[in-house]
Amino acid sequence: MSLLENYSGPALSISGLGKVYDNGFVALKDINLQVDQGDFFALLGPNGAGKSTTLGIVSGLVNKTQGNVSLFGLDIDGDVYAAKRLLGVVPQEFNFNQFEKVQDIVITQAGYYGIKVKEARVRSEKYLKALGLWDKRDVPSRMLSGGMKRRLMIARALVHGPQILILDEPTAGVDIELRQSMWRYLKQLNEEEGVTIILTTHYLEEAESLCKNIAIINHGVIVKNTSTRELLQELHKQTLVVDLIQPYAKRPKLESLQLNWLDDSCFEVDVNKGTAINELFNVFNQANISVNSIRPKANRLETLFVDLVRK
Amino acid sequence: MLAFIQMHHVAFNTILMKEIRRFMRIWQQTLLPPAITMTLYFIIFGSLIGSRIGEMSGISYMSFIMPGLIMMSVINNAYSNVSSSFFSNKFQRSVEELLVAPLPNSVILGGFVFGGVARGLMTGIIVTGVALFFTDVTVYNFWVLSSVVFLSSILFSLAGFINALYANKFDDISIVPTFLLTPLSYLGGVFFSTDLLPGQWQLVSQLNPILYMVNGFRYGMLGVSDVNLVTCYTILISIIFILFYIAMRLLNRGKGIRP
Repeated sequence: MSLLENYSGPALSISGLGKVYDNGFVALKDINLQVDQGDFFALLGPNGAGKSTTLGIVSGLVNKTQGNVSLFGLDIDGDVYAAKRLLGVVPQEFNFNQFEKVQDIVITQAGYYGIKVKEARVRSEKYLKALGLWDKRDVPSRMLSGGMKRRLMIARALVHGPQILILDEPTAGVDIELRQSMWRYLKQLNEEEGVTIILTTHYLEEAESLCKNIAIINHGVIVKNTSTRELLQELHKQTLVVDLIQPYAKRPKLESLQLNWLDDSCFEVDVNKGTAINELFNVFNQANISVNSIRPKANRLETLFVDLVRK
Repeated sequence: MLAFIQMHHVAFNTILMKEIRRFMRIWQQTLLPPAITMTLYFIIFGSLIGSRIGEMSGISYMSFIMPGLIMMSVINNAYSNVSSSFFSNKFQRSVEELLVAPLPNSVILGGFVFGGVARGLMTGIIVTGVALFFTDVTVYNFWVLSSVVFLSSILFSLAGFINALYANKFDDISIVPTFLLTPLSYLGGVFFSTDLLPGQWQLVSQLNPILYMVNGFRYGMLGVSDVNLVTCYTILISIIFILFYIAMRLLNRGKGIRP
């Protein structure tokens, strides 16, 4: 990694990136993006927005029509081999040979990076153990569960020691427990080993809890590129879910707040950001509404995301 | 520079060994069928019909068809190994493992082509073993024999690779073997000497590249050939260069693998 010793620029730099597919579909229009070293970055967008195309171009899986991409200052066209050595990719769909054994898949991938079998065995053991797949090392990959297959793809992407890891919907179809263990592993990878991570996801709570910075892409254009904190500060309203001590056969109405009743003992209410909880309690008390608990509705980023991509 | 070469050497070996492991793992589909097919050819064409034909080009019919049958197996297996393996990689998207890695296209092409060569040669050895049960196997010129079979395997592995790049479904990789390779093999002097053909058909047969491979190989085994050896090598090497150029161009453009 001597190439990187004196480099302090962005891990990923994209400028003027465009992609028009052979059928004339314009997937990307003049994308400009920078991801700093050590960042945990989310690229969000609805289906067909251009997320996978962007990451596909960075990974060498899609030809670009225009623009430049560099990884740690290495142009992916000019310094293609050096740039690719810094990159690990976990694609959206399972893309390994279903008939090969788990450890063979990881060792073979290491071989593509010029790592000899002896060393590849050591590395594959390290990552398969870290991702809880060591017991399955001699099992044909088709016998693995969906979550295990995802973890296998992560192990395979890490075997050559990349400095930047791209994950295209890494937790799609993974149960919540496993998803959280994958989050922990990725966080550790980012914080302790300094690996820059870029992910796309449809689980916005995943982006909110993991990522320091977020870009939102829609119709092939970046519509937002900022820190997660700043993005969330843009929310002017938040939705609270209020559980009541007892059900109300006749549902009370308030002049100052619009209540959206979910059932007789629970409603949602939109409040301005920064509204004091005491103030709310006062309003509910005055209306003789006895509150048991108040919690924010699922995900704040989701609200903002929907607003942005609707524009 | 040395590290760069070493790295790509490891990568090339990885692809090659993966290909060899693949066809060895499914030997019932890859190595057994040619042995059975060729046994039937030797029994039916060599023993039963051949005994009534007598001699061809001054040698027994069984001995005459043996080099052609071996070469036919080598050609078909070299071709189908690369076309089916690379297309499967495309189909399962495991080709992406190669595309994200720091691999020059020449290493990818070389790995798959030599995987095809390995299967072609292994099949050739198996069929030669089968032939030993029916006739004596002789080697007239080892260097001609080995070079012709090696070059032919490369040529058809390259052709199989190009087929796989263009293929969009599994049917697309069986069209060429069925409608092109098999007719050309049968008309390529495997079962007869081109001397038996009428004048104009002799000229037409000379457009068939398999004729040169079969006859070059036959020369290496028996010392008889319908074609000039220099022409045989010139045609083989020229086609290899052309196919290599086409395959590299398609790979560089990302034909069939990179939208």
